[in-house]
Amino acid sequence: MEAFFWVVAIPATVSAVGVVMMRDTVYSALLLVVHLLAVAVLFVLLNAQLIAAVQVVVYAGAIMVLFLFVIMMLGLGRGEGVKEKLPLQRPVALLFGGAMAILLGVVMSQTTIQPVAGALTPGDVLAMGGNTQVVGRLLFSDYLLAFEVTSILLLVAIIGAVVLAKRRL
Amino acid sequence: MPTTQELIAISPEIILALWALSVMFLDLLIAQSRKSILAYWSLLGLLLAGGAEFSLWGREEILFQGAFVQDNLSLFLDLVLLLATGLSLLMAKGYIKDLEMEHGEYYTLTLFATLGGMLMAGAGDLLIVFLGLEVLSLSLYVLSGFRRTEPMAQEASLKYFLLGAFASGFLLYGIALVFGSTGTTLLGGIAVAITEGGLLGDPLLLLGLGLLGVGLSFKVALVPFHMWTPDVYEGAPTPVAGYMSVVAKAAGFAAALRIFLSAFLQLAGDWTLLLSLLALLTMSGGNIIALAQSNMKRLLAYSSIAHAGYILLGVIALNSWGLSSVLFYLAAYGFMNLGAFAVIVALRDGEREYLALNDYAGLGSRHPLLALSMAIFMLSLAGVPPTAGFLAKFYIFGAAVQAGYGWLAILAVLNSVLAAFYYLRVIVIMYMREPAGQVAKMTHSPALALAIFLAVIGTVQLGLFPAAVVELAQASLFPFLGS
Amino acid sequence: MPGCKTYAILFPAMLQDYLLLAVLLVVATIFPIGGLITAFIIRPHRPGKIKGDTYECGLETIGETWVQFRVQYYIYALVFLIFDIETIFLLPWAVAYNQLGLFSLIEMFIFLALLLGGLVYAWRKGALEWI
Repeated sequence: MEAFFWVVAIPATVSAVGVVMMRDTVYSALLLVVHLLAVAVLFVLLNAQLIAAVQVVVYAGAIMVLFLFVIMMLGLGRGEGVKEKLPLQRPVALLFGGAMAILLGVVMSQTTIQPVAGALTPGDVLAMGGNTQVVGRLLFSDYLLAFEVTSILLLVAIIGAVVLAKRRL
Repeated sequence: MPTTQELIAISPEIILALWALSVMFLDLLIAQSRKSILAYWSLLGLLLAGGAEFSLWGREEILFQGAFVQDNLSLFLDLVLLLATGLSLLMAKGYIKDLEMEHGEYYTLTLFATLGGMLMAGAGDLLIVFLGLEVLSLSLYVLSGFRRTEPMAQEASLKYFLLGAFASGFLLYGIALVFGSTGTTLLGGIAVAITEGGLLGDPLLLLGLGLLGVGLSFKVALVPFHMWTPDVYEGAPTPVAGYMSVVAKAAGFAAALRIFLSAFLQLAGDWTLLLSLLALLTMSGGNIIALAQSNMKRLLAYSSIAHAGYILLGVIALNSWGLSSVLFYLAAYGFMNLGAFAVIVALRDGEREYLALNDYAGLGSRHPLLALSMAIFMLSLAGVPPTAGFLAKFYIFGAAVQAGYGWLAILAVLNSVLAAFYYLRVIVIMYMREPAGQVAKMTHSPALALAIFLAVIGTVQLGLFPAAVVELAQASLFPFLGS
Repeated sequence: MPGCKTYAILFPAMLQDYLLLAVLLVVATIFPIGGLITAFIIRPHRPGKIKGDTYECGLETIGETWVQFRVQYYIYALVFLIFDIETIFLLPWAVAYNQLGLFSLIEMFIFLALLLGGLVYAWRKGALEWI
């Protein structure tokens, strides 16, 4: 299965680099779709089927629609080179980004993540029908408050969208 | 399934959520000319939530499998948040009407933002910290762009949104790494995992903690994560700027207290050093740049940055004195800073705001009461006795000395001296300088006058008779330090 | 290591499920590409100016093809996104419903009621009108 990981991980990385490097924003957006789908497959490999579904439905679906909406309908499609006002920004960003990447790399290579035994054994998970069922059960027991606060967060997002985008309130 | 007891313990949050919803729906029914009813309705909700907080005082409830904690610490911080919200709503009522943005959403979003802050103050789980922070931030992004036709407001909103989203990313990544290292997002669980798993020097955990710190630093605007603050305060409606300066900061510090005390107390040796560096940078940076400001809102923005630096001293000190003085400082800061913003709101001629420092010339003779209030707030912000600001600083610096951070306390005192220069300059301009043209006009409104009056009372009261609040603040930390 | 064990137990079952998906994916990719390639091989090659136009038939385009639309349309996309996320929360609830009982129904009702409130709000504010 190791091999399959690389089959997915390499396209995921290449498309992610492509998103940043492409001059045409539409190409960037389409490469982003590729990237998000590849990450969804990675989630499946990790046995996180629900997250994979979220990744496909919300990110590769809805959020990409939003991106393309902005790019194509608001007339921002042409990749006119943005003039850089801060000449130092790029090298400094590279420096700090590189430092962060090295730090993360060193930390990750030094760490072995300790698996923590959860409340459910793999047998329990199978008996319940799979990971999605477990998520459902946890959502309504341990993470009840988080679940309800999420609905408030989404409500605030609706209000915010209307306030900022509607011409007359 | 939540028990009745759990629902009672979280009733302030439930009341506020229901109230925000009711404002949202009432707004759909009420005619435009009568929108100010919503302000009073929202204030009533705040009062009810505050009453619920008072009735819960002294309890220590762990709710929803540890996701939420309703103890004195959260109750104290909630009361500060509710008070600040009330003051800012009193300021906002006339303001948003005059500037033709009197929409019900203003109140709805303010109430939701406060709810987010309250969730952060009581969070027992990193997930709740994050969700509360997002509810707060999302509302603030919109509120800071509430003057939608104004380019400055749009800039403020966009800038705040982009940087805030970036900061949320850091925070979330930090949460992920902490979860990877400890296997839990419960704050109490993290502390247990650190002890049992021997994770004291674990690089993954430390990196996660660092990223958490970066995310929170953005939100409370510590130097060098402060760049957005002056632009956002300048572009946002003045009552919103005042609201942000207190509520976002108090909520951020609340979350930081929760996270650092409940989960990472054992790593204190690692984070106090970093935080003391941040504190030094923050107070010095804020004060030095504030010296050069000629716009009142930008001046207060940099001053609020500097105050975050002082507050950090109490967190670093990590003794019961320091932590209770953080709470006292937040309460005092809430009164004096919102008071100063209320004076800016009052100094307005319909739509035209007088924001330049020079507009304050001649205020002393033309509007003596307003000038006197402003003088009190400025003296308090500068830390001159017998105001609340003096005692707050006194407690926090004392705690730092007691904890062995004498050098930091000395630098903080030097900073206060430096800061006194620009605060006192406002007073000098108000009383000594002749106005170049016409003296700035003042808008009279009972709600605004009440806000300024309450802020003055609070500032003086906390300065002269601090005992009650200090006791409350000390009682709030009982569960953490056992002293 | 329990994590590994989960993997070992769940993976064979998972593999079978996803094998079908992978076959579908491969077939779905080959099908249109195969059609295109076949067409490329057997079609006559006679390029012309009119054929190369953006629209070979229909109206000629006036002005630029990139037109700036009103930002107002964006609200639809945003509201759609929010309800899409809501759907995601319905999925685990629906899948685990048998194990959850009445209480989860109430909880989900509150969740939906809050978002329905948002919809009512957007509707009444006229955010869903096409002007």
